[in-house]
Amino acid sequence: MGGGINGVICMTFVLFLCCTTGICNPNKPTPTDSTNLETAILLPDDPEDPQAYPEEEKGDNLPVFTMDYTRIQIPFEFTLWILLASFSKIGFHVYQKITIWIPESCLLIGIGLIVGGIMYSVKEEPPAVLTSNVFFLYMLPPIVLDSGYFMPTRPFFENVGTVVWYAVVGTLWNSIGIGLSLFAICQFEVFDLQNINLQENLLFATIISAVDPVAALNIFDDVGVNEQIHIVIFGEGLFNDAVTVVLYSMFAFVADMPAIDSVDVFLGVARFFVVGVGGVLLGLLFGFVAAFTSRFTNKVWEIEPLFVFMYSYLAYLVAELFAISSIMAIITCAITMKYYVEENVSQRSCTTIRHVVKMLATVSETLIFFFLGVVTITTEHEWNWAYILFTLLFAFLWRGVGILVLTQIVNPFRTIQFTVKDQFGLAYGGLRGAICFALAFTLEDNINRKNLFVTASIALILFTVFVQGISIRPIVEYIKIRRTNKDLNTINVEIHTRTMEHLICGVEDLCGQWGHYYWKDKFKKFNDRILRRILLRDTRSESSIVSLYKKLELQNAIELLDTTMGDISAAPSVVSLQDELMEASRPKKKFLTGDIRKMHDILSKNMYKIRQRTTAFRGKNTLQDNNHAREILMRRHASIRRSLHGQSFREQPVQNVSKSLKYYSLQPGGNLDSAFPLRRRSRGELLKDHLQTFGASPRSSSRSLIPMTTLKTIKEQGSSGAPSSLSVHPLEPSSGEHHLDEGFSGPSLRGRKAPVATPRRHSSNRDDEDEDNGFSENQAAGAEQPPPPQGWVPEVRDPGANEAGNPLLRQSAHGSQRSWRT
Amino acid sequence: MGATQTRSGQEYQELAERTGFSAEQIRNLHKRFQQLSGNEDTISREHLKSIPALANNPIRKQIIEAFFDKRNQHGNELGSYEEIGFEEFLMVMSHFRPPTLRTTEEEKEAMRKEKVRFLFNMHDTDGDGKITLVEYRKVVEELLSKSGTIGQEAAKAIADAAMLEVASTNVPNMGPDDFYEGITLEHFEEILKGLEMETRMHVRFLDVSTTNVYCGK
Repeated sequence: MGGGINGVICMTFVLFLCCTTGICNPNKPTPTDSTNLETAILLPDDPEDPQAYPEEEKGDNLPVFTMDYTRIQIPFEFTLWILLASFSKIGFHVYQKITIWIPESCLLIGIGLIVGGIMYSVKEEPPAVLTSNVFFLYMLPPIVLDSGYFMPTRPFFENVGTVVWYAVVGTLWNSIGIGLSLFAICQFEVFDLQNINLQENLLFATIISAVDPVAALNIFDDVGVNEQIHIVIFGEGLFNDAVTVVLYSMFAFVADMPAIDSVDVFLGVARFFVVGVGGVLLGLLFGFVAAFTSRFTNKVWEIEPLFVFMYSYLAYLVAELFAISSIMAIITCAITMKYYVEENVSQRSCTTIRHVVKMLATVSETLIFFFLGVVTITTEHEWNWAYILFTLLFAFLWRGVGILVLTQIVNPFRTIQFTVKDQFGLAYGGLRGAICFALAFTLEDNINRKNLFVTASIALILFTVFVQGISIRPIVEYIKIRRTNKDLNTINVEIHTRTMEHLICGVEDLCGQWGHYYWKDKFKKFNDRILRRILLRDTRSESSIVSLYKKLELQNAIELLDTTMGDISAAPSVVSLQDELMEASRPKKKFLTGDIRKMHDILSKNMYKIRQRTTAFRGKNTLQDNNHAREILMRRHASIRRSLHGQSFREQPVQNVSKSLKYYSLQPGGNLDSAFPLRRRSRGELLKDHLQTFGASPRSSSRSLIPMTTLKTIKEQGSSGAPSSLSVHPLEPSSGEHHLDEGFSGPSLRGRKAPVATPRRHSSNRDDEDEDNGFSENQAAGAEQPPPPQGWVPEVRDPGANEAGNPLLRQSAHGSQRSWRT
Repeated sequence: MGATQTRSGQEYQELAERTGFSAEQIRNLHKRFQQLSGNEDTISREHLKSIPALANNPIRKQIIEAFFDKRNQHGNELGSYEEIGFEEFLMVMSHFRPPTLRTTEEEKEAMRKEKVRFLFNMHDTDGDGKITLVEYRKVVEELLSKSGTIGQEAAKAIADAAMLEVASTNVPNMGPDDFYEGITLEHFEEILKGLEMETRMHVRFLDVSTTNVYCGK
């Protein structure tokens, strides 16, 4: 089903690949071979028919056309592998329904199996990518970096105890449990397994106890299970990778030793802590250094994102150097720096960082699963029914029992306890994946039954990924695990979340108890007082409410771009980047188009005064001039869209927008052309700062002591009308604009010019900006508004009757009017 | 203090039934109550205001006020107390009980409603059943009051935006002359519908005594 297209793509590519890898054995790089190869590459669809057309080359003359395949072989093949994997990924998403029911990892393994089968049939060696070094130095870091960087920080720290508990104790439990059980099985002579000793069993058990959260998380995301389960699976997968790798290196060392002393056990435990804690400390160190560096990178924005990657990779490598947990190091580094770096760098760099992190991780992961499929076919296997079946059984059993027991222990310490259903979800979500696979292939050759271990590991991975991976969705949906509506991006929710946090913190204080919020509060203070001062370029602290507000505004701006400027080719790419930035998964996209859109319109009314204040405050930096143009432009888009869409801001009849009208909005020519790209480039900085400096906006409604009861907290025509006229005005009035404004009644338009005064002042006398704004407002407004204040006041009141929505802007009009009177 | 405990053993039992706390928790809270009040029977605003740990809480005033609010006593009274006794103190605290595994769905729903109402009462300072824009602005202002340079302006803009959001969610078809007076409890519930309250709005009341680790007083 649905495999038509991707099947074609993949098969084409498989053929292509087989030709390239099949023909080019590096040990016989004769000219004939390369010509053959060339043919194959040129004619991928027809590989069986090698036409050696460039025969002429064999002459003694200066070769017109030469090839040196060996030179490029490794990067070339590597590129092709990545491409193949990526193409198959595209293929899956052509037909969405597949990935809903079958996890992507299954599909990738499936394709890998096919490719492996083909390679096997043509007797081709598997790619030499999967050596221990390649995996641990190049393929693993991006995956872990991605997990660390996108770790949902708040829920993680709320559940950190549970996560660590499951990750460390759970992994130990699994390793030792499975290892001992398998060792017991090995004692039976019937199974022909006596030559596997205890150490090797433990080593093997360690390999297969690493849980891979990716598949489970995708499904949990889709069905929207509650935050606790989600973060526990996520964190467990992340940290038990670290635990597993440590345990593995320990057991690998132990497996070589002839006998084990009790001292070694203690040394092992000590080493375990050194490795883990050392990794964390190293990560913290590099994280802070990275954050500190990013303070100074704003001038070299071209390479700004690079620092994130270099520092995290450095943390990883240094940890490897000292043989401490590199996974812990890179995770900690990512978590530590993320918060500070993202505040220091521009919006653009931030997007780039996120994008690249995701991209690298996806490529790595895709390749690993893909290779898993390939290697399953091409590697040597040793099949022992008893051992493999018992491995499956024990892995399943110990995981289940482990979760059960560990939850019983941890539940009394949790405020929200895990129900039986939650526990089942946790246990069943324990799929095995990449780490398990990689570790199995890094087993030393001197281990007796290495092939058996590899086979058993692969069997376990395939079993869990296919059987559990496919069945987990129906099961989770069937048993109705506690779900949650996560990430409601509304201001109210944010406000009340914060209120609750403070409230709980306060009540904890009242009870004299040190709860979770107590520590959170302490850390926040420490952070505000010391860390932020050192690490941030702009230390003005910012509440999460404000940042959400900014985020929504940013979204709004982009939305404006998208809807009115749909024809400009560059706009969609910006939008798609933004999607990535919002980590828009499927359910969220739904949300974006719905409620958020409403929010945008509402919020856009408040955009103006904020941004304008920014430029005034920041003094003469190079961006300043553009800001105004951009500013105005943005307002204009808002206005245009509103005037075009008329009545309701609930539905958006984009189709009704005729092209000519759209282009009217572009009329003011040069101004726009230059401003538009500029705006896109530095919109980040712009929006980033504008709120922070927003303290004493000149058009302050603080002065507007209007009786609050007259606030008609919005609506429709009126509310959309106000910003429209507001923003149209500052540009030189052109015929186009008037045309657009025809929808509005004269008097109200006139009246609403009041708030316009400030923007215009800014665009016209920029030099005055650093001066006191409060003072200049009246003056400037008075100067630019031809009618004297007295004549102007009644005008504002005049439309009072039909002031439909009486938006918030209206109040500021009232306010300024009032202040004139006094 | 030992005498107090034996004397009120019966009383604890009764309170436990009314508030859902365990006897140990009540005992702990009672100790804390006496500590705060200086072994008096009632507690006043000044007592709470002098808790050092609370000094940096941006919404300290609201939190303290909530304890003296008659609406949070599960009755239908309005207004506020000058001083509260232990029972009232406990009643307010009982809003923050976390659900247990034994809590049924209906009970959870009821608890959630209670918590929402508590939040609502905190914001609705004049007790008229509506959070007006003035009140809402105050809330946001106080919330942001500890975050440095963000001043009243930002708070106002955000409160306004939030208010608009509430209005547009709840009264989608407001006529041009309509006027949104304030957030009612129903609207408030509507706004917070998707928010998971039970995982956030709770305090883990300890069963064991922590007297020895009290900081401050």
